[in-house]
Amino acid sequence: MILSSCRYCAGPSLNWRIDLRNGRIRAHSRVASEARASAGASDWGGCGFDSRGSGRCGEEGLRREGAAMGAADKDVVEEILLGDLNEVGEIADSGEWASRHSVDHGVLCDVIKSLSGFELVDSKELSRESWFLEREGEEYVENGSAEMQVFLAVPPEGITLPDLKAKVGDKLLNVGQKNAMKNGWIVMQKPLMKRKVAEAEDIVRSQLVSIKDGQEVSPDVIKDLKKRNLIARKLWKGYEVCKGPKYALKRSKPATDVTREMLQTGAWKEQEFKAYNFEALGFPISGGYLHPLLKVRAQFRKIFLNMGFEEMPTNNFVESSFWNFDVLFQPQQHPARDSHDTFFLKTPATTVELPEDYLQRVKTMHEVGGHGSIGYGYDWKREEAEKNLLRTHTTAVSSRMLYKLAQEKFVPKRYYSIDRVFRNEAVDRTHLAEFHQIEGVVCDRGLTLGDLIGVLNEFFGRLGIKKLRFKPAYNPYTEPSMEIFSYHEQLKKWVEIGNSGMFRPEMLLPMGLPPDVNVIAWGLSLERPTMILYNIDNIRDLFGHKVDLEKVKSNPICRLGI
Amino acid sequence: MCCRDPAFEREGNARRESRTAGLPAGEWALRSYELAAEQVRENQRLAMPTVSVGRDLLFAALEQSFTDEEFDELCFDFGIELDEVTTEGKIIRKEKHLEEDAATEGDEEWIYKIEVPANRYDLLCLEGLARGLRVFTGKEEVPTYSLADMSSRAMLKMTVKPETSLIRPFVVCAVLRGITFTQARYNSFIDLQDKLHQNLCRKRTLVAIGTHDLDTLEGPFTYEALPPSEIKFVPLKQTKEFSAQELMEFYKSDMKLKKFLHIIESSPVYPVIYDSKRRVLSLPPIINGAHSAITLKTKNVFIECTATDLTKAKIVLNTMVTMFSQYCDQKFEVEPVEVITDGKSNVYPDLSCRTFEVDVSYINETIGVQLKPMEIVGYLYKMQLPAKVIKSGDTTKIRVTAPPTRSDVLHPCDVMEDVAIAFGFNRIEKTVPKSHTQGKEQTLNHFSDLLREQGSWMNLDFIQIALAGFTEVLTWILGSNMENFTMVNREDDKKKSVQIGNPRTSDFEVVRTSLLPGMLKTLAHNKKTPRPVKLFEVSDVVLLDSSKDVGAGNRRRLAALYCDQTSGFEVIHGLVDRVMEIVGISRCPVGQTTGYYIKPSQEPEYFTGRQANIFYQGFSIGTFGIVHPEVLQRFDIPDPCSAMELEIEPFL
Repeated sequence: MILSSCRYCAGPSLNWRIDLRNGRIRAHSRVASEARASAGASDWGGCGFDSRGSGRCGEEGLRREGAAMGAADKDVVEEILLGDLNEVGEIADSGEWASRHSVDHGVLCDVIKSLSGFELVDSKELSRESWFLEREGEEYVENGSAEMQVFLAVPPEGITLPDLKAKVGDKLLNVGQKNAMKNGWIVMQKPLMKRKVAEAEDIVRSQLVSIKDGQEVSPDVIKDLKKRNLIARKLWKGYEVCKGPKYALKRSKPATDVTREMLQTGAWKEQEFKAYNFEALGFPISGGYLHPLLKVRAQFRKIFLNMGFEEMPTNNFVESSFWNFDVLFQPQQHPARDSHDTFFLKTPATTVELPEDYLQRVKTMHEVGGHGSIGYGYDWKREEAEKNLLRTHTTAVSSRMLYKLAQEKFVPKRYYSIDRVFRNEAVDRTHLAEFHQIEGVVCDRGLTLGDLIGVLNEFFGRLGIKKLRFKPAYNPYTEPSMEIFSYHEQLKKWVEIGNSGMFRPEMLLPMGLPPDVNVIAWGLSLERPTMILYNIDNIRDLFGHKVDLEKVKSNPICRLGI
Repeated sequence: MCCRDPAFEREGNARRESRTAGLPAGEWALRSYELAAEQVRENQRLAMPTVSVGRDLLFAALEQSFTDEEFDELCFDFGIELDEVTTEGKIIRKEKHLEEDAATEGDEEWIYKIEVPANRYDLLCLEGLARGLRVFTGKEEVPTYSLADMSSRAMLKMTVKPETSLIRPFVVCAVLRGITFTQARYNSFIDLQDKLHQNLCRKRTLVAIGTHDLDTLEGPFTYEALPPSEIKFVPLKQTKEFSAQELMEFYKSDMKLKKFLHIIESSPVYPVIYDSKRRVLSLPPIINGAHSAITLKTKNVFIECTATDLTKAKIVLNTMVTMFSQYCDQKFEVEPVEVITDGKSNVYPDLSCRTFEVDVSYINETIGVQLKPMEIVGYLYKMQLPAKVIKSGDTTKIRVTAPPTRSDVLHPCDVMEDVAIAFGFNRIEKTVPKSHTQGKEQTLNHFSDLLREQGSWMNLDFIQIALAGFTEVLTWILGSNMENFTMVNREDDKKKSVQIGNPRTSDFEVVRTSLLPGMLKTLAHNKKTPRPVKLFEVSDVVLLDSSKDVGAGNRRRLAALYCDQTSGFEVIHGLVDRVMEIVGISRCPVGQTTGYYIKPSQEPEYFTGRQANIFYQGFSIGTFGIVHPEVLQRFDIPDPCSAMELEIEPFL
């Protein structure tokens, strides 16, 4: 309900009038626009907050309600209710009272809750199951049941089916014709549909009207109407109301907050304050909300930085096959280079500039080997290397960084990156065409496999994962390649948590790195840990335009490894 | 190289799902990394081929029984993975979505599905797996594969006609004499060809294998390329004769073969192999002839591998003969075939071993162990790499002989890895790299984070006015041309955007040139979110850029969107001013370069009269305005919106 989390419920005083002839209440639409204008965003830069006319509750009510009439209605309803209570002493059923006074029951309930809070009335909650009309049911009340509409559309002289269809439409005809025939109102005398009786009584409509008016209807009728999806059940909530200890015809308005004016005039000494409802939620703190995936990224960044890693510049989604594949000693017929796996580009289709002498060394390495390798033994084609693509892994950037490092005087480096990579695959609950890869690289003279194992233990240890072991694996650009497993205490088994390896000499030596320099590296994705951490089972709920903004707002901080 | 067999993909999916189900709260950590690793592995194409073998047959070949757990441990140490324990019946039930206890045939035999490294073609069948594990556990010597002595008989000949160079230039052949098939061996023989076709042969584009009953044929053979209308034969599993042309039509409806038709379909000549009586052996890479089909009774098998890549053809042939010569009368002996191209003769298969000399110090220093030369030799032998210690001067080396089954050994680092595997990765002592390095962020990313944090928290400053903060979104970099251009009133002038050449769907046509469409889409998907909605994103767009080697470059941008019952233009205007304030740039008169100024603009995605460019250092770095009503309508957004988008790299 609108005000269920409001702490004061003192709506602003707004214009209203009652049409005395039928007792209905109308609020001026002007009220709404005024309220909005004062609550809204106009000229906020200059005015400051004091200039805003309406209080929190009113504004919140308006905003959440979406309908502008709320506050005005409430004041009117409150006045009628208090007046009526003075005369009759108690109201047994707020629902019945609301329909008698043509008042919206929801608004009435808000008023009762508010008055109860101020102890002007005592109220007791009532609840019962009741039936309400579905949209189709409402339409029938308005226009007659489907069978009646069909009956009325059949003229005494009869009508062909296509004509009847044209008259009432497909949907109505289907339902209406069946029931009208069952009722014995109409009959098919080919080719004409004819009336069987001169007049018919629309019982279904009367039943629907009775339900709408809240009258008792027999269970059989309910069953039939339910079957036709004309009505549905809902839990009705209302109140029994009587005068409360502080009853008055009109409520005096105790203050809800201490104002500057009260301090200046000293009015706070005399002022009555409304009791604060500590059961209600506090005012929503609306700061900014960071995206969960990027909160997890921040934690990973911190771990890398603390371990002395330097971030690589990964702001280049467009890459050439050369840097993405060839320099990694990934042969040109490798399935990863298939158009089924990689996004190749129409514009810009090819790369304009490649380091020529390095390119020759890469070509030689693929074709005939060198530095102790026998190579792959195939014709390496420059055109393949020039093909542009969206990078399939951030290792493309690692290869650029290592090449750059090789052109300078060698110093040991630790690099990391967390950024977007692309894959031309079908999108499903766990796969997107783009995702984030986390990558760590250590580059130094004389690094050993033992060092890789040590670094991985440190890295995963900081994420709270202690017990690791390693399985031999295969990857075209690392040798040895190790899959990283960790023992899961609850599942009582070893689970795979990442991939790692030492870059092959066929990759490093053509770059010009000193022969005693080894490079160790590992990788994993950012999405999966985030999905589990924030309990998201469909990747599209996390990343992309189908995200639920409310979920983004309610996500907790990322306590990775804490 | 990974197996792209659809059945394999299916298994993968099922496995993924089963791993995510029923996770107790708080146990996310390990599970999440497990999944993360799996995703990266998939995405780095490390997915490995899976081989299905009968458990009992495998144990018989290993002459030892294991529990599933014991066998799993053995696999782990050897570098393969016991992926699933199942039965034929279970697989059928899974495919048909039947209940686990439904009655189906085939529950008698347990099947092990084993993942093997993508470069170990010698482990793609039961014979090779068993041989590898037997040698690893010391049960068997490393076999020596040899060519039959042909001094007393004539070698079969295959002559390659020059026209084949137009379509599929290479062929290599071999004969397995005196082979004995059983049903299981025969099935394994067929399965191995399938597995090789799937991965190493790249779906038959690089290499295609044909196997024939040699006793139905008469050499010499010819490998030719002829116009399709001139090739006529009865293909495997058929009884009537087809021309090659008719066959291509016929197989268009064949689920298995239609995938291969494209390899030769558009060529004026098709490759074909004949024997001396002009009987067709095969129409590679599509189908063999029915005449020479092998059966369980076949004693002598003729194997031909046609190819566009000779190196791979040799590896495929070697794999076939080294695996199945174990069932020949002369175990591990293969009869060679002479292939004559342009008058030049080559004899296949080439079963010679390659030798590598590797320094002992290299092995020890790279792994981080101190093994004696003889220990290294012992470990290598377990990995089917016979080796000897040799001394030259002060250095001790290991001379390794890589048999034809180990085509994956390219460099001493592969030898080093096998020592590490046989020694045991998990026995290697943990160490830490000794060098000191400094942690450092990319300036652009550091700056982006500062802006993001400020950008989200800054709203506290005017919380009483705006009542809500900005919420960060993270949208896709790929999109359709429709969204990127048409829907925001822009035309693609072809001068700005990176276009994808092979999108699967229109969702992946273009790399975005603006953050606005993604934010509007996010808003459209969140219709029920209470207004006002305030979104922001700090992320990259990509623009064509001739100053970059690849011809395109990223641009980091900040975008924000406000949506309510009124457009909130002033809020967005205020945000622009606030952003400039926090990056320390003050306002300056229009036309000057001392700070920033705002000047009315005419951008098509914004409403006339309620939009402006932001100028800094003389250049427009962005725009803000009320989003044009037509744009809102196209994105199905009922409420007015204002937006800003600006480049942040100029502030660095």
